[in-house]
Amino acid sequence: MNHKYLEIAGLGKTFHTPTGSNVIVQGFDLAVREGEFVSVIGHSGCGKSTVLSIVAGLTESSEGAVVLAGKEVVEAGPDRGVVFQAPCLLAWASALDNVKLGVDQVFPEKSNAERTAIATHYLELVGLGDAVHKKPAELSGGMRQRVGLARAFALSPRLLLLDEPFGMLDSLTRIELQDVLLDLWAQDSKTALMVTHDVDEAVFLSDRVIMMTSGPAARVGGILKVPFERPRNRHALMESPEFYELREELVGFLEDQGHHPAPSAPAEKARPSSVWDLFRSRRLG
Amino acid sequence: MPILELHQVSKSFGSTHVLSNVSLSVEAGEVVVIVGFSGAGKSTLMSLLAGLERPDEGQVLFRDHAVVAPGPERGMVFQNYSLLPWLTAYENVALAVEHVFASWPKQKQQAQTERFLSMVGLEHARDRKPAQLSGGMRQRVSLARALAADPEVLLMDEPLSALDALTRATLQEGLERIVRTSGKTIVLVTNDVDEAILLGDRIIPLSAGPAATLGPEFPITLARPRQRRALNHEPEFRRVRTDVVEYLLSTRRKPPRSAGAAVNGLSVATLEPST
Repeated sequence: MNHKYLEIAGLGKTFHTPTGSNVIVQGFDLAVREGEFVSVIGHSGCGKSTVLSIVAGLTESSEGAVVLAGKEVVEAGPDRGVVFQAPCLLAWASALDNVKLGVDQVFPEKSNAERTAIATHYLELVGLGDAVHKKPAELSGGMRQRVGLARAFALSPRLLLLDEPFGMLDSLTRIELQDVLLDLWAQDSKTALMVTHDVDEAVFLSDRVIMMTSGPAARVGGILKVPFERPRNRHALMESPEFYELREELVGFLEDQGHHPAPSAPAEKARPSSVWDLFRSRRLG
Repeated sequence: MPILELHQVSKSFGSTHVLSNVSLSVEAGEVVVIVGFSGAGKSTLMSLLAGLERPDEGQVLFRDHAVVAPGPERGMVFQNYSLLPWLTAYENVALAVEHVFASWPKQKQQAQTERFLSMVGLEHARDRKPAQLSGGMRQRVSLARALAADPEVLLMDEPLSALDALTRATLQEGLERIVRTSGKTIVLVTNDVDEAILLGDRIIPLSAGPAATLGPEFPITLARPRQRRALNHEPEFRRVRTDVVEYLLSTRRKPPRSAGAAVNGLSVATLEPST
């Protein structure tokens, strides 16, 4: 087992604007072992998606390096599968064709029948066996994101990058898709890095949760180990007091970070007389 | 006597069968939360209660009289706030107050408007227009407007779903306080089970559509005031949360055709709201 399958060292990102430098992320360090599922949690705008984007090779870092399986990441490539918040499907192509498009690119040496079989297999795994010929417009939001998951897994990437994959779904559909992802995971444990702001999702899916500080100059603020054995069962987890302890720890971290918003965040004037401000000044849980 | 009732209500739009045989009885002073997937028909159900839609079959009753149109006795809070963009926060609330309490002297109307703006903590933003307010603040204006009209029943359609997680958490606790202190009859729909447990006296799941119907109810007996964080330590919170989620997911796994039978079969097998 490679304990530094993915290594992020001293990662930083600064945007230079006419009004000065804007340091988004600074000194971000993380090592992920092979087959590990790691989540990054933090407030909106803290820079967690920037980190993911750099690991994907879609954004250039200002400092530091990303090494995957002994090779430095300098550009995007099929060894890293990315699932975005919006599944970005081609509207005119069926679910099968959307998955197969990537499979064709990554496995040109395989026969067409084999590539179709791969795409179909992963669509079946995400529960879309009956809908392979449907176009995105005929699918619900949850089903479209299932296609996005199938497409990422079908490419057999070394690393799976998930950027708030269920962020656009309602909280129940989200739970459903977490189950789908966990099932896929049980059969095909990829090394994964997921960005989320959903505390339950992070605990439910991850081996470790990286708590990121609020920007500017965001970095790793703490790491939470999730000790639950795999395969995991949501029902059992949701009833265990330990799940709620972990949940509370993450919520507590986020609240503490929430008290120091980035200067660009719209600030509301404090009026301690009102119910709302009393609640805001208290810790949420 | 129930204040608001649905009797075997069904509703379709064109060939889409949205609600099927829905019955609900809301007692005065209670908080009923309806939880379901997005697209299940929750907003249709609220529109029926508000009188914005008429049922194809069955009856909607308010104090034993058929609901045929919206009325000030049933206040509504929408997910998208529905504020008038050219009016300030104050004016948006005042508009409702002046309409509902037309016979009041001007001064009393102003006092009413100000009282509810301050209840939601927005006195300082009273002269701002909706575009100058954050999403959370807009929803607070919308809530102040609904409460200031002093409705007998407050209907809330996913009031917090458009907000980010942190703002939502803040507003949930504020809402819990208002729910508790106002003593209003409230029907709230949401897709967030935690929110439902925090706010409700009863949770009634709406099965996944098409032809959605209400499932078995889950009474919430947790003492008020309820705090999000403290709830984590309550076995009842954990149990209800799991049961409601399991029930709703089970309605999704049903075969699309034989909807009713599958829902009933699963509800008996997997759920016994044990209180």
